[in-house]
Amino acid sequence: MEKTKKSTDHHNPGSSGAAAAAAADRKSADLSCEIKSYVGIRKKIRRMCRENPLAAVSAAVIVVMILMAVFAPLIAPYQEAEQDLMARLQGPSAAHIFGTDELGRDVFTRILYGARVSLMVGIIPSAITLVIGIFFGLLAGFHGGWVDYVIMRFVDVMLSFPTLLLCMVMMYVLGRYADSVLCIILSLSLINWAGTARVVRAQTLSLKETEYVEAARSIGVKRIRIMLRHILPNCIPSLIVLYTLSVPSSILSESTLSFLGIGVQPPAASWGLMVNQSKQFLFTMPWLALAPSLSIMLVVLAFNFLGDGLRDALDPYLESR
Amino acid sequence: MSSDYLLEIEDLHTSIYTDDGVLRAVNGVNLRIPKGTIVGLVGESGCGKSMTARSIMRLLRHPARIDSGRILFGGKDLTTLTDKEMREISGRDISMIFQEPMTSLNPVLKVGFQVEETLRVHGLAASKEEAKRKVIEMFERVGIPEAEKRYSAYPHELSGGLRQRVMIAMAMILKPKLLIADEPTTALDVTIEAQILRLMRDLCKESGMSVLIITHNLGVVAEICEYVYVMYAGYIVEHAPIFDLFDYPRHPYTKGLMASIPRIGGNPEYLYTIPGVVPNLLHLPEGCPFSLRCSAAEEECRKTLPELVRTDEDHFSRCVKACGEQSLEGRAYGAGRE
Amino acid sequence: MKSVMKRLIGMIPVFIGVMLLIFVLLRVVPGDPVQVLLGEHYSQDTIDRLTKAMNLDKPVFEQFLLYLSGVFHGDLGMSYVMKKPVTSLIMEALPQTVILALMASTFAWFVGIGSGIIAAIKQNKAPDHIFMGFSLAGISVPVFMSALFLQYVFSFKLKLLPLSSDGSLKSLILPAIALGWNSAGSVARLTRSNLVDALQADYIDTAKAKGLTNRAVIFGHALRNSMLPVITLMAIQLSSMMSGAVVTESIFAIPGVGRLATNAIQTRDMPLLQGTVLLTTVMVIFGSLLADILYSVIDPRIRREA
Repeated sequence: MEKTKKSTDHHNPGSSGAAAAAAADRKSADLSCEIKSYVGIRKKIRRMCRENPLAAVSAAVIVVMILMAVFAPLIAPYQEAEQDLMARLQGPSAAHIFGTDELGRDVFTRILYGARVSLMVGIIPSAITLVIGIFFGLLAGFHGGWVDYVIMRFVDVMLSFPTLLLCMVMMYVLGRYADSVLCIILSLSLINWAGTARVVRAQTLSLKETEYVEAARSIGVKRIRIMLRHILPNCIPSLIVLYTLSVPSSILSESTLSFLGIGVQPPAASWGLMVNQSKQFLFTMPWLALAPSLSIMLVVLAFNFLGDGLRDALDPYLESR
Repeated sequence: MSSDYLLEIEDLHTSIYTDDGVLRAVNGVNLRIPKGTIVGLVGESGCGKSMTARSIMRLLRHPARIDSGRILFGGKDLTTLTDKEMREISGRDISMIFQEPMTSLNPVLKVGFQVEETLRVHGLAASKEEAKRKVIEMFERVGIPEAEKRYSAYPHELSGGLRQRVMIAMAMILKPKLLIADEPTTALDVTIEAQILRLMRDLCKESGMSVLIITHNLGVVAEICEYVYVMYAGYIVEHAPIFDLFDYPRHPYTKGLMASIPRIGGNPEYLYTIPGVVPNLLHLPEGCPFSLRCSAAEEECRKTLPELVRTDEDHFSRCVKACGEQSLEGRAYGAGRE
Repeated sequence: MKSVMKRLIGMIPVFIGVMLLIFVLLRVVPGDPVQVLLGEHYSQDTIDRLTKAMNLDKPVFEQFLLYLSGVFHGDLGMSYVMKKPVTSLIMEALPQTVILALMASTFAWFVGIGSGIIAAIKQNKAPDHIFMGFSLAGISVPVFMSALFLQYVFSFKLKLLPLSSDGSLKSLILPAIALGWNSAGSVARLTRSNLVDALQADYIDTAKAKGLTNRAVIFGHALRNSMLPVITLMAIQLSSMMSGAVVTESIFAIPGVGRLATNAIQTRDMPLLQGTVLLTTVMVIFGSLLADILYSVIDPRIRREA
């Protein structure tokens, strides 16, 4: 009831002075709403850290990984592509703690630089994906009708493609225009939004029926405002979970593409590429493949554990994979 | 059997071991069900009545479990039976009806199949045709119209009343000696409620089985029970034959319950409510559990838990003031009913 | 049957969308396909003739229609590199991929559902934690890693199974496990969570009160209800399985559709790439249709609604 009253005030087409006052009022209302939902989520996350130590440890691992990737040039003992042909295919030693590869490059250094690629490819496309997914999901769910139909059929189309194959096509298409890492980021961003759009649409549809949205509609609050003020904030918990769980799948896609030789191109370092290059020494020097493999596993596991923990804490009804 | 009682619960203690502490749901309950009678177990939600029923059927779920006590059924202590022995008894000698007929039936299986399953588990279906015939017969007996057609219906295709009839058919098909009905009519409309209760009473009289009805609704009790136990905060606070209880309630809690029944013609503005709330079962007060809400409570009530005392031939009450002038007041409360 | 027809009709726009997208994507690729086809030595005259033959001189929309009608006639064009019809190349490769996917699915079903059931029954006890740890590890490991690991252990160290495919079923065991590993992980997790929920349901009490054994309660009552979302998941998994097939086929040298796709990328063979992507996508679409049908068979509520 109170909400309705407030909104009425906002949208009373009065004099310009009243409009300015209404605008200020709206701003403060926006803020209070934001803070409210933010605290709720923060509280839940804090509780999760207490009750689910695995998720907390995973979060710590992720933070450490990100720091290592950011400061790779400072931490790394060698240059990214520095070759030492006299020290090829060495086992772990004091000079090279993870050994060296077939060109005498330090594996530890390459792991650090590989982390940059993996995390970048995990974090950036997932964020872009989220924005595209929110846009289409809100639009489809809120507008309904033919807009919904067209968008959802498009989502169906996107979800029908096996991700990796579509990625391969995108890499083929974009490959000539841009650097390989940028290509991967673009491909993943343009492919993975469909799942997010579907979730946002579903939530929009159910939130659309709630009384406060109906009340806001009945007094003529603008659509875009309802979407951004009333519906989107309620999607945030699911979106946090979706984001956390889409990062590892992007990382896996990148490493797979690079492993197949279609992703990151040498001499740049990528974990998938490193596994590919060490494949030929698998039976003689299996430890070469071990370091990048374990790195991939560690990062992906950490994100998955964290995502699981967040889902349990924030949004237990989100469909599990 | 030497005993006239089909089921005797002796000093049953059941607790739920939650993270926040031990919740004493059933505290030393003694309850006896004579052969061929309908016994009611009444109380507010959360007073331990469902836990008592579940203890009998061994349907307690982790973290709840029986701490001590005996549940004698035909001379056998149900709490000490092996799972296998218990399975032989459940469904055949004791069966149970649950509160929510929608969720108590498996949504993906035909109702006929679900009823028939009772027959099959206990090896009492000679052939498929015979089993089906028996089920349809049972459906007719519990008043399901078009029984043959309903045999292959799914639960979502039936109304709430029909679903509860299916539940009754399932529980009754092996003519059990004891039927436990846990809030059998709570989820139903009032008119359907009356039909279901009448059906249960008729079936009981026909087959000579005993029924334990668990409910929070005194109307249901008045409708079909012959003997009533009143439960509060895990304790039996009073038990008596039905007319005795309604006419001369001894325990202040029972009196309160009676007084809070709305009456036609009464002034709705003055509907009586028992002051206070049910105590937290995690931290039961010392002494009488009702002392916190009882207007007549004295120092003594808050110190020691009163025993169940006999106030009449077959009437027991867990109140220090059960005997004496209080009964007159009880008469006043009871007036106007029956 | 009606609902199946409805679904089939609903699939048509998706199907056309898929083809349109593939067509558009591969149309923006720089580099005239004629040049790819001809190599380095050619005359202007040859270019013109080939352009005409390949309909590349017609308007884009007409080209799409021609492509569409080609697809419906089973004509996916000629492979630039292998100089063979794409349709026949794919048909040769398809059986290998189908067998691989079937074996992998079977593995995922058995291992996933089995460990999910055990974990749910032993909820919060050691077996639960072990299985769930494994399944999370399962979904966190890229297919190429599990494939290399299996190769290393079972072919190289234990010498039990062949290192690469020789066409025999035995040689497909390792690739199938590598491919099914991921799906097994997610199937196990979903089975567990659904079964745990189902075991809390009221009808479980009813079943127990009838005197059913634990086994009958779980398999006869709880499992059936909890399998519904798992079926949907399996359909979704088909898509990631097709992605995984690309990797496994490349590692184990299996001459399947995934291998064709990798080759097509490496040799920039557009029609072949187009064909493989189209085929795998169609398989995914039909997989989800199959899941819907299966779903309605198991869940009477949906059947009647439709």
